[in-house]
Amino acid sequence: MRPAWSIIFFTTMSGLGLGLAGWIVIGLLPLMTQQAVIGVGVVTLALIGAGLISSTFHLGHPERAWRALSQWRSSWLSREGVLAVIVMAGLAGWFAAGYSGTAVPIWANLLLLVLIYLTVYATSMIYASLKTVARWYHPLTPICYLMFAAAGGLLVTLAMLALLGLPITAALAQAGIVLMLSAWGVKFAWWRLAGMAKHAGSVESATGLGHLGTVRPLMPPHTEENYLQHEMGFVVARKHADKLRIFAIALGGVLPIIVLFVAPASAAALGFAVLSHVAGMFVERWLFFAEAKHVVTLYYEGAA
Amino acid sequence: MTMLPEPSAIKLGLVIDLDICVGCQACVVNCKEWNTAGYGAPLADEDAYGAAPTGAWLNRVHAYEVSEGAGEAQISRTVHFPKSCLHCEEAPCVTVCPTGASFKRAEDGIVLVNEDWCIGCGLCAWSCPYGARELDPAEGVMKKCTLCVDRIYNDNLPEEDRQPACVRTCPTNARHFGDLGDPNSEVSLMVAARGGVDLMPEQDTRPVNKYLPPRPRRAADEAPMSLVAMAEAETPKGFWKWVDTALERMG
Repeated sequence: MRPAWSIIFFTTMSGLGLGLAGWIVIGLLPLMTQQAVIGVGVVTLALIGAGLISSTFHLGHPERAWRALSQWRSSWLSREGVLAVIVMAGLAGWFAAGYSGTAVPIWANLLLLVLIYLTVYATSMIYASLKTVARWYHPLTPICYLMFAAAGGLLVTLAMLALLGLPITAALAQAGIVLMLSAWGVKFAWWRLAGMAKHAGSVESATGLGHLGTVRPLMPPHTEENYLQHEMGFVVARKHADKLRIFAIALGGVLPIIVLFVAPASAAALGFAVLSHVAGMFVERWLFFAEAKHVVTLYYEGAA
Repeated sequence: MTMLPEPSAIKLGLVIDLDICVGCQACVVNCKEWNTAGYGAPLADEDAYGAAPTGAWLNRVHAYEVSEGAGEAQISRTVHFPKSCLHCEEAPCVTVCPTGASFKRAEDGIVLVNEDWCIGCGLCAWSCPYGARELDPAEGVMKKCTLCVDRIYNDNLPEEDRQPACVRTCPTNARHFGDLGDPNSEVSLMVAARGGVDLMPEQDTRPVNKYLPPRPRRAADEAPMSLVAMAEAETPKGFWKWVDTALERMG
């Protein structure tokens, strides 16, 4: 599948922002001053919002994007939009309460937490519900998205703690390491399991000609690449996948973990760890799209 | 609403005879011709005579080679393979649509796009295993086969033209249009007689359109049909009868 930058940016940034919001609403990042509330609030909402806005850049008609909130009964994309809007409004309210010093009841925090992770889940299900892309259509796909939101969010939370001059306990830094390791562990399992997933179909079942013999594409229906091949038959740099996976793991996982081991209290080091993690996640998301093959390629290449 | 409607009694669709199709592309051309001026936005056709033409098409004809045996004994045949929207009963392109622009008609099962609502996100094209949908590069909305909904119910057209443009234009009669929900319709009888198949049944989309596989090849030792005998067996009629009698008289 063609990796659209707007979509890569959207899934990475909103995932990170939602992960951060999840740790904030359960009180992991105490916001003592009004400046802290505004600063952290702006960063959190900007991460989620920037991702959502960028996701409209790949649309043919971005001005109609509001219509995407209407079909939550059947469409995961619509559900994602609706949930994100509710979460953004809820978080805005949460930060406003923090600013005015109003206590937020526990049930509201828990409700927000559930909605936040439901939003991440909905993002993942946009892809995981597509039966046409074998490696996305796997139960581990949503787990990857959820784990990366939690692990990346915790990393940003720790960086914010350091930035605000608040203490980072050893247990918290260790939790960061464990979560990051688990997230990449799940991703590794996804690469092994979902990454190897093959479509049940073949060019024989796609054409219904299997009972007559073996089938191979002879002539394409047109002289130029069409929308389908451009969108679903993306092959560039698939050959570099192994190298890119190493980049993703090194930047997205290994470097942040080293920082958490060596300098868990340094704001600068943690800031660097966050940037490194984001860069690694961009590579990971790019591969998520670039390596995925759509079943329609059976009609064009005879294999998918 | 992008929830799928209850299955309709009438299921309009196409039956494509792969035994007959010669891959002439006439259906492709007439489809584009009719649909660029009909339902919705025109179909893009950019840089048509240039080095890199782009555009959207609702119907494309592939060609496949089907081979049996191996080595010297291998026999192959070419199968021309037209492909357009199959108007699936479990259409995944409908349920993934976030805006309600993609819908399946409750009355006849035709899957359509409301182009005034479409945001051009492309998710429906991703969800379709058949590659039946193409995002128009100029209009930014999703284009797909409408089963020529603006022809088949059009009282302004002569009755013989009230069928999809691809069916009307096919010079070999390889394309048929009808109600596949009615087991006694011509198309349903054809599907039953010839063992019509669904494409990619493993995707559970339950397509309405059916494909009639090529007929079995004649055995190698079977004598070829004698065209001379066939021609002689026939007594001339009409003009040829007149020619025949006129020539006889001259003789």
